[in-house]
Amino acid sequence: MSHWYVEETSEWTLDYPPLFAWFQRLLAYPAALLDPATLYISKLPYKSPECVLFQRLSVVFTDAVLLSGLWLATRRRCGSQKKVTRYMVAANAGLLIVDHIHFQYNGLLLGILLWSIALIQEGRDVAAAFLFALLLNMKHLFAALAPLYSVYLLRHYCRGPGALYKFATVGSIVAAVFALSFGPFALMGQMPQLLQRLFPFHRGLLHAYWAPNLWALYAFMDKIMSTMVQYLGIPFRSSPASMTGGLVQVSHFSVLPDIGAGAAAAAVLASMIPLLVSVWRRPDPACFACCAALAGLNSFMLGYHVHEKAILMSIVPLALEAAGSLRCARIFQRLSTIGHYSLLPLIYTQDECILKMLMVLAYSVATCILLEQACTEGILEGQEKNVFDLCCGVSLGVGRALDPDIVLLTYLLCEKAQ
Amino acid sequence: MARTSVLRFLRAGTESPTTWLAILIGFLFRAAICLHPYSGAGKPPMYGDYEAQRHWMEITTNLPVSEWYAETKQNNLSYWGLDYPPLSAYQSWLYGKVIERLDPDAMALGESHGYESADSKRYMRQSVMISDLIVLVPALLACRRVFCRGSAEKGDLMLLGSLMQPALLLIDHGHFQYNSISLGLAAGAAAAVASGKDVLGSILFCLAMNHKQMAMFYAPAFFAHLLGRCLQKPSLSSKMAAIARLGLAVTATFVVVWAPFLANPSDALHVLHRIMPLKRGLYEDYVANFWCTTSMLVKWRSIFSQQALVWLCMGSTLLAAMPVLVQEVRRPTARGLLVCMASSAFAFYLFSYQVHEKSILLPLMPVMLLGPDQPIMTRWLPPVACFSMYPLLKKDGLTLAYIALMLLWGAMTWPAVGEERKERQTEASRDHVEAQVSERWRSLLLMGLYVSVGLAVGIHAAPLIWKAPKQYPYIFDALFTSFSFLHILGLAVYLQYQGLANKQLKGD
Repeated sequence: MSHWYVEETSEWTLDYPPLFAWFQRLLAYPAALLDPATLYISKLPYKSPECVLFQRLSVVFTDAVLLSGLWLATRRRCGSQKKVTRYMVAANAGLLIVDHIHFQYNGLLLGILLWSIALIQEGRDVAAAFLFALLLNMKHLFAALAPLYSVYLLRHYCRGPGALYKFATVGSIVAAVFALSFGPFALMGQMPQLLQRLFPFHRGLLHAYWAPNLWALYAFMDKIMSTMVQYLGIPFRSSPASMTGGLVQVSHFSVLPDIGAGAAAAAVLASMIPLLVSVWRRPDPACFACCAALAGLNSFMLGYHVHEKAILMSIVPLALEAAGSLRCARIFQRLSTIGHYSLLPLIYTQDECILKMLMVLAYSVATCILLEQACTEGILEGQEKNVFDLCCGVSLGVGRALDPDIVLLTYLLCEKAQ
Repeated sequence: MARTSVLRFLRAGTESPTTWLAILIGFLFRAAICLHPYSGAGKPPMYGDYEAQRHWMEITTNLPVSEWYAETKQNNLSYWGLDYPPLSAYQSWLYGKVIERLDPDAMALGESHGYESADSKRYMRQSVMISDLIVLVPALLACRRVFCRGSAEKGDLMLLGSLMQPALLLIDHGHFQYNSISLGLAAGAAAAVASGKDVLGSILFCLAMNHKQMAMFYAPAFFAHLLGRCLQKPSLSSKMAAIARLGLAVTATFVVVWAPFLANPSDALHVLHRIMPLKRGLYEDYVANFWCTTSMLVKWRSIFSQQALVWLCMGSTLLAAMPVLVQEVRRPTARGLLVCMASSAFAFYLFSYQVHEKSILLPLMPVMLLGPDQPIMTRWLPPVACFSMYPLLKKDGLTLAYIALMLLWGAMTWPAVGEERKERQTEASRDHVEAQVSERWRSLLLMGLYVSVGLAVGIHAAPLIWKAPKQYPYIFDALFTSFSFLHILGLAVYLQYQGLANKQLKGD
């Protein structure tokens, strides 16, 4: 265990928090039975039919977490809304692409998030906090939701008589989870090493494939300006930036100032202020899923070294509420279509080309049809309730104007780089 | 708003957005199956059906028409010689020309035997999907308009069922064949005939037969239906004229398709010789038909000569299809045509000479066109058909795809059982006695379904648990065929009964 975060034989070092490492340790037991060679540490990637099948099946089985969370989150909904919501999450094209073609365990992680959201909607805040702490220790990307969770818990749970006691309870539970997860490594004195693995700031502002966020626009501006500068023959700091090279690498902007991790984090926090203020004023469990989606979207738009896959953190919670109101449905439709479209470059092999496009297309058409059916009913029953739709709307309003172009540009740039 | 404009575009025709969604889903799963292995992948020296199709492309693109079906220096007929009618050969030529442009090595004469590359596999796979798109989908849309006129929802379900039935998916996109072309042409023919366009229907059907001779399974149905329609004409002269018109259409189509071979009689004879498989045995491998299943008890081939067997097959086939055929001649209807097509294909599958396990696709197509009106047939036959082909699919390495598609089909059709019961219960308040009887039937049927699914799972599990005893090495294959044979026979009888009973009801 002391080698988990030090080992670097292979290019793919462990960069998830400790609880996820434990999860992988559990998976190693059946894997050892099936094909022991899977577990040898080597520099080159290992691949055998049994190993691939096992890994794929493990994703399929951990999807049970997602489905059970979905069941819990939707069991109180009315008939058609329940059906539509369940379909939209369970058959989510983005999740299918990222988990089952590209290979990740987002079903498991988002499943835990759904469990947590469902518990909040049912008013069981402590359990929700516990699960969220667990989630944070499995993938730290979800730290984007931490401000939202803390404000919500502070205002919704820690109030009334015994507020201080309640605060202590939640605090100690969360602290215990963290202690359990990071404690052993702290005792071994590996915290700096671990944190360096978890937060690889040296990797740069943008991921190898640019995620379609504001920084992509920024980088694109930089490209244009550097070309112009060169064209005009103005002597300038010359570092031909190559940010789409495919492999993770450090990069600098040539004309515009570099954005550090701190600045990006500050931008994310600043963008969340309106959301946090409104949650502070009115912590409503019914709106929590939308808030989570919005917080996820904010961090996606402004975060440091964001992966394109992170958009799922926003799409999946929003899917819970999409069938609830027309406005939400429209935002979801827009977000999921564009978001899934931006995932397409992730699968670059020719064989799956038609498959991935059909997946995104079929999913978008299906949500279109289903949401239209669900919303007529929703409006008739007077379920227009989400104050935060407006909030989402404003945030997306900016994105709406920009996003398609960014995605297109990203796509073109990626193609060129290949 | 983008989403409304998208929906408006999709609504432009009489089809609803749901129709397009059904098609999208159908193609989504085609694209997924494409990633699985094909028949004979990496298995020299003969490979499999994929190599056969590729070899035909190689032959047709490189040799003159007169040598396509003939044994020549360049064309060794014992290595996957062309044994489908000319339209198949033209299709091979067309796709071959395109693939030759993209990957010349895949079509090199003589040197490309067993050529397998990721690129050529993708091109071949995509050619099957394109065939689906330009032949099968338009035909199914036409069928949706003609046969499901009453309800758009039923039509969409029919479409989804026809596109998603696992048997066709696995054979065309997994195993690798172009069945969807001839099946699509036949479906188009059925739609044309049923909507009164007899000449167009006849032409389409002749094309279907000229793509794969197996479409002949439907010939008695079309003959009976069209004859019945002609006989409905008022006077003798108009009857004769109608028949003559159709005869002319059929002859003209055949002449056009066979034109390149008619210049030289020996060429035409070569083709005929290749596509008539009378020299082969009574059945191939393990097929769930009458002859193969009963051969375990009765050694047909030692009792009768080959000639006698051919006659015996022909007689029993016609006899098995006769009741609905007679019915159709006397009173031709649109849905009657479908029942007739299915019944006659069932009869051919069960009793005719030299049947492949893949021929189960032929009765399956018209059954799926019957749509939600025949819930038992449309739900039960596709998995049974798949099950009967399992030994073949397993050989192709398609077990994983088979399991996934069977589970998917189960998930697609299972919940609807509950919905139907609710409908029945509301009906029950109206018509008490009749509903009770049908309720009893239903529970019996459900029971049968559970038993049969249980048995099927058991038969799959058996070879994993036990080893076949030495004196009966093929016992498990025999189990597969017997189980499927009983089901297919039962479903065929049930369909005939439905066809006859429903029409009597209408007649009264």
